[in-house]
Amino acid sequence: MKNFSYVIKDEVGIHARPAGLLVKEAKKYQSKVMITKDGKSADATRLMALMGLGVKCGDSVDVEISGDDEETAFTEMKAFFENNL
Amino acid sequence: MLKFSGKSVYKGIAMGSVVVLKKKDSPVVRGRIDDPDAEMERVKIALEQAKAQLGKLYDKALKEVGEENAAIFEVHQMLLEDEDYLESIENTIRTELVNAEFAVAIAGDNFAEIFAGMEDEYMQARAADIKDISNRLVNNLCGNEDIDLGSIEPSVIVADDLTPSETVQMDKEKILAFVTVHGSTNSHTAILARTMNIPALIGVPLDLDTIHNGTTAVVDGFSEEVIFDPTEEVRDDVISRIEEENDKLRLLQNMKGQETVTKSGRKMNLYANIGSVSDVGYVLENDAGGIGLFRSEFLYIGKDDFPTEEEQFQAYKQVLQTMAEKKVIIRTLDIGADKQADYFNLGKEDNPALGYRAIRICLKQPDIFKTQLRALLRASVYGNLAIMYPMITSVGEVERIYEIVKEVEKELMEKEIPYTMPEQGIMIETPAAALISDELAQIVDFFSIGTNDLTQYTLAIDRQNAKLDDFYNPHHKAILKMIKMVTDNAHKYGKWAGICGELGADLELTEEFVKMGLDELSVSPSMVLKVRKRIRELD
Repeated sequence: MKNFSYVIKDEVGIHARPAGLLVKEAKKYQSKVMITKDGKSADATRLMALMGLGVKCGDSVDVEISGDDEETAFTEMKAFFENNL
Repeated sequence: MLKFSGKSVYKGIAMGSVVVLKKKDSPVVRGRIDDPDAEMERVKIALEQAKAQLGKLYDKALKEVGEENAAIFEVHQMLLEDEDYLESIENTIRTELVNAEFAVAIAGDNFAEIFAGMEDEYMQARAADIKDISNRLVNNLCGNEDIDLGSIEPSVIVADDLTPSETVQMDKEKILAFVTVHGSTNSHTAILARTMNIPALIGVPLDLDTIHNGTTAVVDGFSEEVIFDPTEEVRDDVISRIEEENDKLRLLQNMKGQETVTKSGRKMNLYANIGSVSDVGYVLENDAGGIGLFRSEFLYIGKDDFPTEEEQFQAYKQVLQTMAEKKVIIRTLDIGADKQADYFNLGKEDNPALGYRAIRICLKQPDIFKTQLRALLRASVYGNLAIMYPMITSVGEVERIYEIVKEVEKELMEKEIPYTMPEQGIMIETPAAALISDELAQIVDFFSIGTNDLTQYTLAIDRQNAKLDDFYNPHHKAILKMIKMVTDNAHKYGKWAGICGELGADLELTEEFVKMGLDELSVSPSMVLKVRKRIRELD
């Protein structure tokens, strides 16, 4: 299992469209990607659950990746967050 | 003739025949099924249809209203792929052996409820999106076609509320106005009406069954009224008003994009006064250089309770973003006197104009003030914000304000909430402030002269009392002397001074204001181009 923390810089947070992009990205990997904010977690492949976390700009989230391709997934998810969120 | 009032989201006037859009009556009936696999197959087909429909809507919206407004349909497509939503539908079908329509409707209601219960207003609005996609699926399952909104004549659209899928399908050239029974100022109908610059009234208490297609209606965004079957007299009046509006438009073409500068090259900042977020379109349309007075009272008036920090933050942010990098001067709460809201419990006063109002409330009840300041400082990140404080009479008041602002800054810093510190200025609207403007100029960033109150206080004349009209002289020397004095004092300390009262738009005085050296005039949006024209005529 690998994880990293990230502070959201996108002004709308993980809402509608950015959340959709994140779902698309997370679906690329076999590994399970979980996003946690304030003790609430959501599977990054599930849009409504993800939006339901209500992540806003300035919020810190923990991203946990576990599975066979976790090494690649970790690097690429991290880059995805930095570029998109 | 039938008249109804609502809330205007875009100021304009239109007249035309009505098209009533009723939600198709397709009550979802619970039915028992034997073959869950067959039901799931129906869901799959309906899903594919829905995605294709949304793809088309996205393309259409992209062309007509831009990527930002089109993105909603991409989100709808993604929501339709949500596994929790789809699993919930499948579970209901398989465990309860019910028809697909019923399962979809239940899932839609359940998920919409989760979003409706969230604190964030933006997320609450997403409940409507989930209902929209669920309705789309149900309609596809029932074999209902999308309503053809593309082939109507130029019309006034009357509906309960409009979903994004409905508004985007409409041919924009053929919409004269929107009238809806429900919807909020943040709803898609409102946003699109503003984007498309067409008059729209929301929250109009109509019984759609009593309104017939083809009836003539007048939608007046200024008086916030819709009139069905107007009399001949009203029609004539409206026709001339529409012409007036068109004249303004022609004038606008002339003066738009021109600099506000005299023949000798002296530039003036020409800004607009607004009282609500929806006025911003008007500011841009009239090509004002910024917003010189944004009355924040609109967030407080006509409500049952104080607006939340988030509500205020969203409103300020929206204005700042829409205005891009142009200056936006927001005046903090100026309630009391003639502007009342019941929940403030201000009580009756013998002399309200000289009473408990504006900054006095904010300093006595700092919690109310702090909520607004927090929202302002946070929103400041999104544009070129300045704050101004009303009804100042002393240096001590400004110092007290700064202490409160410091406390707010400290709280934001501790919580690591992003903010920036905007310029801070004061209204000069009491003779006291004008007379000590040399002292005040040393501690503030700018002055904005509120001539309405300054005149009333200086001349001791109640503007509401018609008997005093003969005594009221807005060009009184005392006022002009004070304006000159305030401007000079500002300049002595390298600060700028402007006028945001009605006098700023008085074309008879424009020349004098330019001579006095005022740096800014803020006028109602409809006056911007007239004042610009006047300034350009001056030497």
